[in-house]
Amino acid sequence: MADKQTFTLDGREIETAAGRSIMEAADEAGIYIPRLCTMKGQKTLGSCRVCTVLVNGRPQASCTQPATPGIVVESDTEALNEARRGIVEMLFVDGNHFCMFCEKSGDCELQALAYRLGIAAPQLPYRYPAGDVDATHPDILVDRNRCILCGRCVTASVAADGKHVFDFIGRGSDRRIGVDSRGRLADTDLTSADRAVEVCPVGAILRKRTAFATPVGRRAYDAGPIGSDIERKEARR
Amino acid sequence: MLVYHDSESLSAAHGGTAGGEQLPCGGRDMDTSIRKSAARACAHFHNDRTRLMDIVKEFHDEVGYLGDDAIDAVAEALSVHRVEVESMLSFYSFFSRSAKGKVVIRLCDDVIDRMNGVDAVADAFRRELGIEFGQTTEDGAISLEYTPCIGMSDQAPAALVNDEVVTYLSSDRVREIVATLRQTGNPRKLVHRLGDGNNAHDLVRSMVHNNVRRKGEVVFAEYAPNAGLAKALSMSPVEVINEVKTARLRGRGGAGFPAGMKWEFTRAAEGERKFVVCNSDEGEPGTFKDRVLLTEMPDRIFEGMTIAGYAIGASEGLLYLRGEYAYLHRLLADGIEKRRKAGLLGARVLGKDFSFDIRIAMGAGAYICGEETALISSLEGLSGLPKTRPPFPANKGYLGCPTVVNNVETLCVVPNILDRGAAWFAGIGAKNSSGTKLLSVAGDCARPGIYEYPFGVKISEILADAGAEDTRAVQVGGASGQMINASDFGRTISYEDLATGGSLMIFDSSRDLLSIVKTFMEFFVEENCGYCTPCRVGNRILLDLLERIMQGRGEEEDLGRLQRLGASVRLASRCGLGQTSPNPILSSLEKFRPVYERLLKKDPGALKASFDLAAAVADSESLAGRRSTVLS
Repeated sequence: MADKQTFTLDGREIETAAGRSIMEAADEAGIYIPRLCTMKGQKTLGSCRVCTVLVNGRPQASCTQPATPGIVVESDTEALNEARRGIVEMLFVDGNHFCMFCEKSGDCELQALAYRLGIAAPQLPYRYPAGDVDATHPDILVDRNRCILCGRCVTASVAADGKHVFDFIGRGSDRRIGVDSRGRLADTDLTSADRAVEVCPVGAILRKRTAFATPVGRRAYDAGPIGSDIERKEARR
Repeated sequence: MLVYHDSESLSAAHGGTAGGEQLPCGGRDMDTSIRKSAARACAHFHNDRTRLMDIVKEFHDEVGYLGDDAIDAVAEALSVHRVEVESMLSFYSFFSRSAKGKVVIRLCDDVIDRMNGVDAVADAFRRELGIEFGQTTEDGAISLEYTPCIGMSDQAPAALVNDEVVTYLSSDRVREIVATLRQTGNPRKLVHRLGDGNNAHDLVRSMVHNNVRRKGEVVFAEYAPNAGLAKALSMSPVEVINEVKTARLRGRGGAGFPAGMKWEFTRAAEGERKFVVCNSDEGEPGTFKDRVLLTEMPDRIFEGMTIAGYAIGASEGLLYLRGEYAYLHRLLADGIEKRRKAGLLGARVLGKDFSFDIRIAMGAGAYICGEETALISSLEGLSGLPKTRPPFPANKGYLGCPTVVNNVETLCVVPNILDRGAAWFAGIGAKNSSGTKLLSVAGDCARPGIYEYPFGVKISEILADAGAEDTRAVQVGGASGQMINASDFGRTISYEDLATGGSLMIFDSSRDLLSIVKTFMEFFVEENCGYCTPCRVGNRILLDLLERIMQGRGEEEDLGRLQRLGASVRLASRCGLGQTSPNPILSSLEKFRPVYERLLKKDPGALKASFDLAAAVADSESLAGRRSTVLS
């Protein structure tokens, strides 16, 4: 049997295996590193930067950085926590997120992470960007006011559905999700059964006629904060 | 061709089938000539999807833009999804989705141009053309746009007129320029007096000047062409790498990574096919030294690339030339062809068992493509998005193959190192910075231009040589660099002290430093790729906060906000752009804090300083049709 390969995370020794990212190893050990854009089972873009950690003093995204034996990783530092709160606030103020009537409320990863990080209201100034809503498709709604550009839908459409319904268009602040048609979602080959419809962490891609079906109290993050499923592993040890 | 009137027939027809053949949507007929032009452009590059930049440029040069029909046609010819084509197309400033004038005037509105009167020039263009920036004349002849630094800070204000560069602009010249364009529609007719050196070459014929002010002992020293290459080919590749390592050559583009180490990693990497890439995407505001190298010593650059290829085991080289330097393309292409004929490129370089050839790839107006992995993405026909690392280009770069990406100047001095030896090179310069550095100096000085100094030169010496007087601030390293004050003028240019890719901007006491910082922040907001949150949103918010302060609505806490937000953007951004974009604000806060503090409302009264009461009631006033009593 090979010797256990380890690295340290906030002073704790964590086991690692070949090909694992720091985040995967931390998850396995029951330590939650906050994240938004990453998704189990598919390649991550590393676009949100919420999961940034220090690796031997240098900032890296823990979702894409390999857990190499011997590295010293820090996650719970003041500067990193401040950066994470800053990023979540940026996503709120650079969109139009009306939690009070959003269909995703209670199941939304952005909302849940904001609560977990202790954000009641953003300190950064709201930008009120103009986002559009595409309701042309009979079964799926796309609301770009809520999109956090995580890229999960882009990846899932290609890797899981064998299509290419979504991709990024524009540069910088103009970057947004485009669709594989002359503009209308209805003119693409997206169907309600597509994985690309499942993976959105926020209320930007929604199945029509399913809103508010789950009662308050039984939504994903009603029982416990986001990340508690990972931390429960640790408690069981 | 299938016609979809409603969503029902769409789902019936497509139930379960994966994407593949692209069908035109909405029942429209594709314009046959568009289809033909698209097919031709694609076929010219063997329908190779990785050549999309070349394909789009060729179509764009012919038709002027890519509309929906063209996007569909290109996607069909390349067997990709239309959204992939649209994705790439929408990334680059020089590619257009809608018709523009046959002539596009791109006026540079960078910091140095603003200092040299670009506002008056802009007003003159507006008057003469009768349009606003971002518009096209009614006859469809001329479009007018702003563009960031085009590498002409030493002869600002400057503009691109299609591929032609027009320098030393003034409002008087604008009248003449517009008249010529209206008469002839030909930007070439704007060139009356040719510049010096190869600017007057038949294949260039440009009014650009080199403005070489100080020749140093490496780049501009006497050199026998191909002496370094001959020497390199008489050594083993490993010996060549050791020579470059011993010389302690570090990258000259700004990042300063040890070149020998980069070559060593790439040589050691697994893979049959390897690449040498010359990063000629010089885009850091105020940097124009590579422009001069590409103009005056393209052979040296090609020679350096060839030596690099020999060292790492690559037979293919790519020179990624920024779109703004298209006026040099013919000269460079001719240089490559001449080297092929002379046996310096091609199957057996200098008769040895080593083959190497070079292709030029054009950029299309995106600063981020100067970042090496974004450059590689662009070479692959994608949007210029930086790639996730690891893996690094040395292991998986262009097309997933081991790739060395080096700056123009870095490759330019490689032949010198091989010719005169590592010890000679390492003996010049400073402790951790061997050799010389080309500086592109501009701004408030009598002699803007190119200066070659050994590393370790003091700022004060540069200011004196350039004829700078009453200097208040110097921006070292472009927009992503540092703003220093007089207390720093005894410091030196070196990797360990004040590092720069070459840009050095001088500001005297008449300049409004916050306006300069604002222009730099606007640049980053315009040029960031948008991939990661902290850079995409954070830079915009930093700019918003700065503007608020400049408008007199800044709160005491805003300086702390700028500091903390800037630190977070630096810490969490995915690539070098976001890791340095807060620098204009953070460095000016450090060195010129009073400039900020002066504008803050110390005692705002009952309301927060940042609250714009007039703006808040503006909508209500217009609805009610009267002034708000709150304002009285």
